[in-house]
Amino acid sequence: MAIKDYIRERFFPHIWCPGCGHGMVLNGLLRTFDSLGISKNEIVMVSGIGCSARISGYVDVHTLHTIHGRALAFATGVKMSRPELNVIVPMGDGDALAIGGNHFIHAARRNIDITAIVMNNRIYGMTGGQYSPLSGYGTLATTAPFINIDHAFDVVELAKAAGATFVARTTTFHVKQMSEFFKEAILHDGFSVVEVLTQCPTYFGRKNKVGNAVEMVKFFKENTTTIGSKAKLESPELIERGIFVQKDLPEYCREYDKVIERAKKKR
Amino acid sequence: MNGTLKFVQGNEACVEGALYAGLQFFAGYPITPSTEIAESLAYRLPQMGGKFIQMEDEIGSMCAIIGASLTGSKVMTATSGPGFSLMQEALGYAIMTEIPCVIVNVQRGGPSTGLPTRGAQGDVMQCRWGTHGDHAIVVMTASNNQDVFNITIEAFNVAETYRTPVILLFDEVVGHTRERLIVPEKDEIPLLGRLRTSVKEGVDYHPYLPREDGRLPMSDFGGVHRYNVTGLYHDMWGFPSENPSVVDGLIHHLTDKIRNNVHIITKYKQYFIEDARTLLISYGCTARSALHHVLNRRQRGEYIGLLELQTLWPFHGDLIREKCKNAELVVVAEMNLGQLYRQVKIAVDRPERVFLANRVDGVFITPTDIKNMLRLIQGRGV
Repeated sequence: MAIKDYIRERFFPHIWCPGCGHGMVLNGLLRTFDSLGISKNEIVMVSGIGCSARISGYVDVHTLHTIHGRALAFATGVKMSRPELNVIVPMGDGDALAIGGNHFIHAARRNIDITAIVMNNRIYGMTGGQYSPLSGYGTLATTAPFINIDHAFDVVELAKAAGATFVARTTTFHVKQMSEFFKEAILHDGFSVVEVLTQCPTYFGRKNKVGNAVEMVKFFKENTTTIGSKAKLESPELIERGIFVQKDLPEYCREYDKVIERAKKKR
Repeated sequence: MNGTLKFVQGNEACVEGALYAGLQFFAGYPITPSTEIAESLAYRLPQMGGKFIQMEDEIGSMCAIIGASLTGSKVMTATSGPGFSLMQEALGYAIMTEIPCVIVNVQRGGPSTGLPTRGAQGDVMQCRWGTHGDHAIVVMTASNNQDVFNITIEAFNVAETYRTPVILLFDEVVGHTRERLIVPEKDEIPLLGRLRTSVKEGVDYHPYLPREDGRLPMSDFGGVHRYNVTGLYHDMWGFPSENPSVVDGLIHHLTDKIRNNVHIITKYKQYFIEDARTLLISYGCTARSALHHVLNRRQRGEYIGLLELQTLWPFHGDLIREKCKNAELVVVAEMNLGQLYRQVKIAVDRPERVFLANRVDGVFITPTDIKNMLRLIQGRGV
């Protein structure tokens, strides 16, 4: 199938700014669907609120554009009701980890077979450039006009600690790796998290004077490295990319099937 | 009535009603005094092949049932005041996206943590206006186990008919009162299933295009029709729209579908109201005491009657006006500072004859309380 067959042209043009990384994530996702060959009827995309959340509407699958931070809770209801569906939840960093932080850790803890994609551009874009829990100490934002004193989460460490059984990180520069990770994550039987470092040149870029979109993407190329690489040993400040966790643990919906079995015996 | 005789709490009667109605998915979070509903369903649902999940909070519970409903399941959650407050945003989402679901609020004293283990009826207005923006809502209640059972089934039927969330507004007293319940044989009470679209695969399906009768046939997520659902104002495809005519059309559709059917949705019971000079209006636990008092006074030859409301919202003002027509005195009995009382006052002719008999100290209002307040209102002294 052509990539175009996965989008809803009626929904275009999209709302994203020129240079935004979200379109690259969308592209990566569509290529993943294509390579997996899953029927569009078997995919549900659930999103919350923010620039990132608009991604679901553009894709010709079952799409649920919900409320801020709660996408994973809606997705939990969808998945438990119909475990055979592939449920994918694209979220922004604020959506996933500020207002939605509680749902994020609990979905991970349950190990429910949902693919969570954190499109981390370190800023609230839709509302105009406020700091998020991923902005990081020392950054600037419209709500941190002098300096941001909030420390950032490490999405990978948080997901690992919460119990996610697949955790990966990549960037919008590494588009092939992004598609590979999406594929692995969707095929993974359990809660999977893929963090994609993405650029918001309009707000994060301008506020923090880190250049235009091209320069921001170049930053991802130059400041990230493969997990455990020699480069990381030499330059510890480099951000690691790769699959951090990939393990088999009982999946929630199938565990619940066991509950049903036990309950029926007790009738 | 044939069926199984049980001796249960009101909360369990609600569970029996929900299971009778075909509940398939429940998400909830522990909170007094509604917890027994979750506990009971954690046991009963999987036995019937249904699904139960204890979410991380009430926000998640409300969101999860909406997601599950979209896949075609009959869904419910249950909570009390503080949890109900947390559900308001997602409740508005279910209204906007027209997702059938049932939300039980077993009321306790508020505001805030309030009186967790005491009865109250202070959430009448929160049910009506708790979520932001203009909207319509269906709120139903009951005063005894058999009625809790029946109204719970009715709530599921109304939710499916109008594609709307329905709130079951019970209270601690009703929820925790143990009394008899007869669960009727299967098929004795009519059930309404999901109205699904007849549009075939490959033909353009419009999820938000009402039929001539105003109903919107659904297509299950995971089925052959892929569409978008959003809490933004949306067109007939479910695509976001800021077009003024789309916005205007949708908000009126959402409110009219409930308001225009208020006469069908409204359920009530009446006792001796034809010749009543004093008419009590009540609902939920308070209606039990009101009925006790009315029966007692009728035996002594007093012209007193009771109108027990089982649908609080949409408020059927015309019905109230008609029922109050001949009464010299209308007394609204409720355990709050006059939330329904004000509605009744607005609805009736000669509002100066409407009075409030209430109690808000966490103590269940007794028939004696009502008797004494009536005597004071009538100028007879206690």
